[in-house]
Amino acid sequence: MPGHWRPAVLVGARAESPTARTLVLKAEEGWPGHRPGQHVDVRLTAEDGYTAQRSYSLAAPAVGDTVEITVQRVPGGEVSPYLVDEMAEGDRLEVRGPLGGWFVWDPASTDPVALFGGGAGVVPLMCMVRARRAARSRALFRLVYSVRAPDGLLYRAELRERAPGDAGLDVFLAYTRTAPEGTPRAPARVGVADVNTHGLPAEFGPMCFVCGPTGFVEAVADALVALGHDPGRIRTERFGASGGPR
Amino acid sequence: MTEYLDANALAGALSEVFSVDLTSSWRRCSVCGHTGAFAELHVYTDCPGQVARCPSCQTVVLRLVRSGDTLWLDLGGTGCLRVELR
Repeated sequence: MPGHWRPAVLVGARAESPTARTLVLKAEEGWPGHRPGQHVDVRLTAEDGYTAQRSYSLAAPAVGDTVEITVQRVPGGEVSPYLVDEMAEGDRLEVRGPLGGWFVWDPASTDPVALFGGGAGVVPLMCMVRARRAARSRALFRLVYSVRAPDGLLYRAELRERAPGDAGLDVFLAYTRTAPEGTPRAPARVGVADVNTHGLPAEFGPMCFVCGPTGFVEAVADALVALGHDPGRIRTERFGASGGPR
Repeated sequence: MTEYLDANALAGALSEVFSVDLTSSWRRCSVCGHTGAFAELHVYTDCPGQVARCPSCQTVVLRLVRSGDTLWLDLGGTGCLRVELR
């Protein structure tokens, strides 16, 4: 049952950027597996019984009972600073999930896929990219990843030096504030021209997944519709003002 | 304009009540006739609970308020749902 809380222990962690960290969590009473794009609710309980809960996208396919989430620190946040800066291996929290059956990619599908991630919105899309590799899928994948500046890039090495199983995956980085020297595209928010040039043509009938802050999701979804994509093939996941889906 | 989320965000809270994932169900609005995924509802969280509205006519579809171990769930505007039982 996804509805109950499962105890989980931190078994590993990786810094992804100065403000984001991937947590490797082992569900101590087992994990049923999940589909790429799904999320979990995370619950922290203080010694006095106070609880706080947030939603985080799963960042990778499960390995046994072990799952990964990537957390972006929200300044002044109640939960994310602890997860990014303080939680140590052996510390525990509770997870509920896997959750959400709509914003998911089916690894058995051969349809082309266009992924649009804004900031931490890349996390569930990375799970799809990794699931594609794990399934040895040859579905055509395009990832447009919008990020403020180079130091905010998540999964930098993995996206730059494509793994052997990633043939057929194209990645375009769209910087919005600061771009590395020599980047032809001037820093700007993702607009219809980017979606047109770096997404996939509507005639290919791709499944489109769009995840990020509300403004990003609105802009990309509107651009996709304007470019002739079937609204029924556009799936969105908006992040709250808190910086993560809630 | 108040920002809203997608109803994907309700999956956790609804999983406490329903044994199937309602967010991937298909919905027809009883007010405007709009059809689409339940997950496409607009969810507002700047309130004591969570309010989901039809993406087409903005009718209040669902209200969810939690108080301790009690959950209030108003499904008054749900319309018709088609749920795949896997």
